[in-house]
Amino acid sequence: MGDFFTLVDWAVEDAGFWGRLIGVVAVWAVPITVWVSVVGLFSIWLERKVSAHIQCRLGPMEVGPHGALQTLADGIKLLAKEDIIPQGADRFLFALAPILSFVGSFVVFAVVPFGPHLIIADLNLGIYFLAAIGSIEAIGVIAAGWASNNKWSVFGAVRAATQVVSYEIPLSLSLVTIACLAGTLSTIGIVESQAGWIWNWFLFRNPFMVISFLIFYIASLAECKRAPFDLPEAESELVSGFHTEYSGMRFAIFFLAEYAAMYVVSAMGAVLFLGGWYTGIEPLDSWLTTSPVLGNVVGALAIITKAFFLVFVQMWLRWTLPRIRLDQMMYLCFKVLVPVGMVVFMAAAFWQGVFGAPDLGGLGSKFGLAWFVVVVVGTTLWVKKTIRRTKGYASANFLEHQARLGHDVGVS
Amino acid sequence: MNEHTGIAVALVLAGVIAGGMVWLASILGKKNPTPGKLAPFECGNEPIALPTGRLAIKFYMTAILFILFDVELVFLYPWAVLYRDLGVLGLTEMFIFLGVLLVGFVYAWDNGALEWK
Amino acid sequence: MEFETIVFYALAVATVIPAFGVMMAKDIVRVAFWLLASLSGVAGLFIMLDADFLGVTQVLVYIGGILVLILFGIMMTHRDPVLVSADDDRRRSPFTGLLVSLMTFGALMGVILGTGWNVSGGLANGKLSGEPTAAPLGKALLTDYVLPFEIVSVLLLVVLCGAAYIARRGKDEEASNA
Repeated sequence: MGDFFTLVDWAVEDAGFWGRLIGVVAVWAVPITVWVSVVGLFSIWLERKVSAHIQCRLGPMEVGPHGALQTLADGIKLLAKEDIIPQGADRFLFALAPILSFVGSFVVFAVVPFGPHLIIADLNLGIYFLAAIGSIEAIGVIAAGWASNNKWSVFGAVRAATQVVSYEIPLSLSLVTIACLAGTLSTIGIVESQAGWIWNWFLFRNPFMVISFLIFYIASLAECKRAPFDLPEAESELVSGFHTEYSGMRFAIFFLAEYAAMYVVSAMGAVLFLGGWYTGIEPLDSWLTTSPVLGNVVGALAIITKAFFLVFVQMWLRWTLPRIRLDQMMYLCFKVLVPVGMVVFMAAAFWQGVFGAPDLGGLGSKFGLAWFVVVVVGTTLWVKKTIRRTKGYASANFLEHQARLGHDVGVS
Repeated sequence: MNEHTGIAVALVLAGVIAGGMVWLASILGKKNPTPGKLAPFECGNEPIALPTGRLAIKFYMTAILFILFDVELVFLYPWAVLYRDLGVLGLTEMFIFLGVLLVGFVYAWDNGALEWK
Repeated sequence: MEFETIVFYALAVATVIPAFGVMMAKDIVRVAFWLLASLSGVAGLFIMLDADFLGVTQVLVYIGGILVLILFGIMMTHRDPVLVSADDDRRRSPFTGLLVSLMTFGALMGVILGTGWNVSGGLANGKLSGEPTAAPLGKALLTDYVLPFEIVSVLLLVVLCGAAYIARRGKDEEASNA
């Protein structure tokens, strides 16, 4: 594994069972636990700030600078809350459900590389494992809904399970496309085959990968039950869906699991499509690989930045888009994403076969730069056009709204 | 094996953390259960039992479809890993595999198996 | 004791005890969750046998797919989903159960005894090799076993057609009722 895990390798080889266990816990488990907690707390804070600013509010401001410690305070408050298990609930399953949910999103952290050596488990089957573990969360959600002895919970749970298992298919289709380009399932291997300039990233590797990335992103939104796919916890129809009966710490664990899952799918998006720990500047990357410490630090910064950018987009979408209906959700999955995903998969495989991969030489390497330019220019033009089209409308609306507010206050 | 140990440790750890947090909360929190508090939430009404056999068959159909595509994808993963070595032969074999499935997909679509009604 | 041996026995216990739970539990939903534990244990055992691809497939297909299907099936057919236990229906004869389990046992023993086990790899020498298994599996599928591989797609096609048939029948009935 390399330098970072020398300590573990030593513990594993020479120290017997207990030494091995302690080594594993000290070097792998403690940092990852701290990291998951920090990511969870930070993401929750970020969501509150993002939603606030989108709605012209400030959000939490009192606890810590800009309310940064608000989530921690809330967590401590939740610890002191009464532990309520509703009457008639299946107590065992009720207790098991949040734990299953949390395990489902926590374990995925094990296969996310934060740097060339910063990974808990570089499985040969990294992304296949990712696809498999997603389904554990569906089971946790069903357990929660079923055990609660509440109809809103059951409806929410069934919706959630249907959604999670359905969107696993487009998600897996884009994972397979990546595996086909990289020739490996290991997350480390996938990042390594995106080395070099930014157009070597899988997002720009061939014309179809942008579509594949969109499929991955939409499917991962649905897997996390994020808006516009938040039908399992639709407040206006299902009270709070599968966790209606959960309160206090048990609810907090569902909440933490959701935010950890948001972060981890975004980090996987960065690993699969956006070059993982690479900065995309070829000379810088090759210089960084000469120094293990610096390489890992800069790599971790790069991947965390990319992941939090994707998390931010998730939040942006949540506070922008309305919730979709159940039939629209199924339509999107089975009639749009699955067929498109299959075609993209076949087309990407075909492209790879004809033009070859950049790291194997061939025409593919010359294509990357051109396609990168097309994608960047196209996106910029589209964003500019959208801003131009909506700017006047939005500001006019806002002014009108302000004026009406002022008027109302004046009258009363 | 190191890799699998890592996964196992992460699994156990996640369970311990989540379980520990719940346990801690149940110790620290006060206990004051009242019948109203313990009743399942029903928008303030008296809770009524769930209707029998109320889960529509369409959810079951979705699960069947999922398993189907899932099994298909299981075969795609090893192929994808090998694709670079196999070349044209592998591509042909996979296109036949997917082509047969595509026929079924079109048939199911045509028959409304993918409709949500 | 070797680390691997301890893990093996832990996994064996984690497989067998929930399997008893599946038999003994009265609440049918609890049965499904005992099954979850048992299937996870089997996945762990596959990984211990150096068959990591199979282990993850076990999680993906059985826990993620079949178990969700079972739970949906339970929810679909249950009389009273929350407070039911199975002890009101005692009319099934134990003789049928015995017969079925004996037949299953016989079939399983036939397969187990008839298989030439590769005892050189995996736990037989105390250590796992950790070799990747996805690529050799793919190689075998696409070269030696290419015909079964393509036939699998036909099998999946048949399942899809079956699903389409059920869906259509449901719609026709709805139409005739309306």
